[in-house]
Amino acid sequence: MSGYTPDEMMTVAAARMLWDGCVCFVGIGLPSAACNLARLTHAPGVVLIYESGTIGTRPEVLPLSIGDGELAETAACVVPLPEVFSYYLQAGRVDVGFLGAAQIDRYANLNSTVIGPYDRPATRLPGAGGAPEIAAHARQTFVVMKATRRSFVPRLDFRTTAGFLDGNGARGRSGATGAGPRAVITDVGILTPLPGTDELALSGAYPGISVEETRAAIGWPLAIHDSPIPVPAPTPLELSALRALHARTAAAHARPVHIPNRSSSDVRHPESRRG
Amino acid sequence: MEFMSLSAAMSRFVPDGAQVALEGFTHLIPFAAGHELIRQGRRDLHLVRMTPDLVYDQLIGTGCARRLTFSWGGNPGVGSLHRLRDAVERGWPAPLELDEHTHAGMAAAYCAGAARLPFGLLRGYIGTDLVAHNPRIASVRCPYTEAEIATVPALNPDVTILHAQRADKQGNVGIEGIVGAQREAALAARCLVVTVEEIVDALPPAMNGIVLPHWLVSAVVPCPGGAYPSYAHGYYARDNAFYQRWDDIARDRDTFRAWIARHVLDTPDHAGFLRSLEEAA
Repeated sequence: MSGYTPDEMMTVAAARMLWDGCVCFVGIGLPSAACNLARLTHAPGVVLIYESGTIGTRPEVLPLSIGDGELAETAACVVPLPEVFSYYLQAGRVDVGFLGAAQIDRYANLNSTVIGPYDRPATRLPGAGGAPEIAAHARQTFVVMKATRRSFVPRLDFRTTAGFLDGNGARGRSGATGAGPRAVITDVGILTPLPGTDELALSGAYPGISVEETRAAIGWPLAIHDSPIPVPAPTPLELSALRALHARTAAAHARPVHIPNRSSSDVRHPESRRG
Repeated sequence: MEFMSLSAAMSRFVPDGAQVALEGFTHLIPFAAGHELIRQGRRDLHLVRMTPDLVYDQLIGTGCARRLTFSWGGNPGVGSLHRLRDAVERGWPAPLELDEHTHAGMAAAYCAGAARLPFGLLRGYIGTDLVAHNPRIASVRCPYTEAEIATVPALNPDVTILHAQRADKQGNVGIEGIVGAQREAALAARCLVVTVEEIVDALPPAMNGIVLPHWLVSAVVPCPGGAYPSYAHGYYARDNAFYQRWDDIARDRDTFRAWIARHVLDTPDHAGFLRSLEEAA
């Protein structure tokens, strides 16, 4: 018994990538949990930016969407969306972009658009959102994704967001201003690009997970850095902060919503009555 | 500017085939207006919105749309928009043409439209396959630096529809909180219809809150709760439980059709929609 789940290990490992005071553009889902965990533990001065235009936000609970009211109420400032993309991101004022995706390849390119051909997809995914420009202009990016052979693939169905393109320095010739993916944090270890080729390789090993187990979750023959560094297990402080954050979030998202100018009763749904 | 009922405003400003943008980034999504377009049986719409959200899932699933310009089409924090997926993957209830962008690209397109420039520019779409699948994404060479810069054609919707917290008696519109690209979408459009939580004697002082002056506004529609199940900051919160529940409602064609029939088609207006949800709970 390790006392924590692989998801918790992943989120904690991702949170540790952020440093106090860094300016971080946050994607929704796993990145949002990791970034807020960093803020609640070792990096209280991290500046979190969501693409809804909320800058320096300090949410008490995780937002379900990137535009929940919680983000605006706890923000240092709220700016229009064109401004956050042009004056902040494109202008190079973001240290870190934190992204997720449905598929990733060995050069950390991401697919969040389609599985199958674009014109007749087997699965239509949500699409690009802010990711292509976040990945281009943040000084560096981190990617957080659960590793499976369906998600870590030899060849993407669609390249939504550029990582290192075809590797071997191709990104540097593309016009992207940021340095690109610095690490891919998974539930079976941390992958970082090899110097020169830019190919992802295992560089951070989690407690109790063998190299073979990690390799089994990756859909291409995974390279290994010379000496993968052991990643410490989540501390009790990290775990309690993360679990409390998730508990507050679940309670908040189930809360019934009151619509004004209606009769005294709230608009209620079956979910809200169960709690 | 005229004060109008929602049904009159939709029937006057949104004909079949119109290019219409219902904007609001997660916050202040004009759901009531979308539902009224469904009630009126609108067809062949070119829908424009950065994040289609549930409101366009509903319009697409009901067969109101021919084309969609967008940049992220999911149910935020939940997963897929199943009606959008069904239209793209299986052409149900009708095929849907896609004009797909990134958020930064759509923002640039609205900004260009608002300024009546022919196209927007950005350092964007770098290394993405979107360029190969959307011929409307192009590039120009900067005449000063020789740099290659991505371009998107300006967006100028026939009509933009917003939901706002309030308007005053002249029809000046006040919006606060997360504003997304609402101002740009409003100024880019040929007509602007705004549904509001309430009409007040005078807007509260908000030096930098967004005010759309009355002479830009075609119609103001009083519509309390008009952004539900999204939210209106200062009035009601986002109903995250409903967004989660939508996943089950929209996953199946019959469940979806039954929900639309009961809560939209069989209700006379937005107050009736909200009442029908209370009765169903």
